[in-house]
Amino acid sequence: MRGEAIAISNTEEIPGRQVRELHGLVSGSTVRAKHIGRDIMAGLKNLVGGELKGYTELLQEARQEALERMLEQARGAGANAVVNVRFQTSSVAQGAAELFAYGTAVTVE
Amino acid sequence: MDGPEPFDSLAWLRLLLPFALLALGFAIGKVIESAHFRSLRRREIHWRRVQVSTLSLPPQDWRVVRAGLVDGSVVISIDHWKRMVAGLRALFGGRIRSYESLLERARREAVLRMKESAHARGFHGIVGARLETARLASTSRDGKGTAGIEILAFGTGIEAAR
Repeated sequence: MRGEAIAISNTEEIPGRQVRELHGLVSGSTVRAKHIGRDIMAGLKNLVGGELKGYTELLQEARQEALERMLEQARGAGANAVVNVRFQTSSVAQGAAELFAYGTAVTVE
Repeated sequence: MDGPEPFDSLAWLRLLLPFALLALGFAIGKVIESAHFRSLRRREIHWRRVQVSTLSLPPQDWRVVRAGLVDGSVVISIDHWKRMVAGLRALFGGRIRSYESLLERARREAVLRMKESAHARGFHGIVGARLETARLASTSRDGKGTAGIEILAFGTGIEAAR
């Protein structure tokens, strides 16, 4: 979760800073498919249980991407912070997942 | 007379394979699970000073220097044996312990990873913590079963001057 230029928080305000201006809802999303190599590994891992590392990484990357797109929108709106950020993951089709991030763009002092 | 012999051994193999996979899942799954619980306990003690709260404001006595989003996530799957046990369980209803332990492991792991990443970025505590659960679609063609469950923990890391 880089992009330090814009402060991100999932609370209603950035702790320690005052909200000055509201820019409205910003969001970003990406749909990712698992690739075949990872699928085969995950299939094997499914046998014995435990963490599916390939998928964990894949979803982390995708979430990062969704977050980046949200930040881009916030930048475009002239905000310097995004508050009340939420994430949503849904498997839209077989082998594909959507990662969605949304929040409220604001200007903090 | 000795013609069908190779075919027969193949049939045996086909009959035994599901049981072999169940046994494999049971044995290795158990080893992995107990190793994971041991690691969870150890790391939870290690990170106990990184406090996590679901409230949106830090305690009054914290002088906030910096805040930022932190997260931790894990995709986890159940073993073959437990999946079958859970399937049997569904016939009678009641608690499905095998799934409970899976979800417990995943949540504790996700929270720990969130704490670890918060610490790595210089935060002392986390406020506004949330947990999300998502089921990933199965890779099998019939769409049955579960490829994995993702648990995401996220919150706002707080660097405090105390």
